[in-house]
Amino acid sequence: MSLNDWILALHLLSAVALVAAEVMFTVMITGLWRSDSPTKVASTMPLARLGVLFVMIGIAGTVIFGVWLAISREEYQLWDGWIIAALVLWALGGFLGQKSGEAYQAGGELGAKLAAEGTTSSPELAETFGASRAFWLHTATLVVVVLIIVDMIWKPGA
Amino acid sequence: MRPDSWNFPLLLHIVGAAVMFGAVAAAVVSTLVADRVAEPDFMRRLAFRSLLFVGLPAYIVMRIGAQWLYSKGFDDLPEDPAWLSIGWIVADLGLVVFVIALILAGIASWKRKSGLGKAAGLLGALLLVAMVVAVWAMGAKPD
Repeated sequence: MSLNDWILALHLLSAVALVAAEVMFTVMITGLWRSDSPTKVASTMPLARLGVLFVMIGIAGTVIFGVWLAISREEYQLWDGWIIAALVLWALGGFLGQKSGEAYQAGGELGAKLAAEGTTSSPELAETFGASRAFWLHTATLVVVVLIIVDMIWKPGA
Repeated sequence: MRPDSWNFPLLLHIVGAAVMFGAVAAAVVSTLVADRVAEPDFMRRLAFRSLLFVGLPAYIVMRIGAQWLYSKGFDDLPEDPAWLSIGWIVADLGLVVFVIALILAGIASWKRKSGLGKAAGLLGALLLVAMVVAVWAMGAKPD
């Protein structure tokens, strides 16, 4: 096995981590759909923490190992259209995911605070974990992630 | 460069595998932390639903993609390369582990059995390790 084979494997593992994180967030969001229960929201926080770890691995690994491959493999150039498209989508996905994550994190912190205070119901939580701005940002992130995978596989223009 | 006809089955294979990884990871965390949070029943139910409604369909999509790709010339090889053999082993044994974890998670959710939930979580963790090895093999393609 060459170094490039290892880099490709690490690039793939990073991509799996990124998709897995989005799946974990989706499982969490659908599980908490319109839930007004602070204890339920607080209970899912360990899931969110692992999801954030996977996002960090995925975001960093895909771009570092991807750019490495684009430079080291003769058949690809960093300025190839499909690679530029992937980098633009990667940045867009990162931005949308961060905005979505911030909103859900605020909901999670509110849930933990209310649960600690003994509050049993919160309309604000039900709104956050329903069809909120955070939810649509998360949906947009999913679409961008799918577009990145399609771009990586089809490599348009390569 | 691979033929264009490989792209769609490859998309199914990769997306299926990655989604399954996420579903199993969600179930592992949910079952293993269930006893330490305020809503253990909710977390065990979340784990079971993650495996049933996300993990299982994703496995089927991943496996269909794999078989479809295999039919595009790999089945003509005299012997499967090592990376492909690793993939088959993880997919086939992984299905057995996955189904046992799914059943345990279902019973744990239904009967509120903490021990069974943890067993499902540990099996899921084992499956995640095997899947990491499989993804590495698909990328690095060891001889």
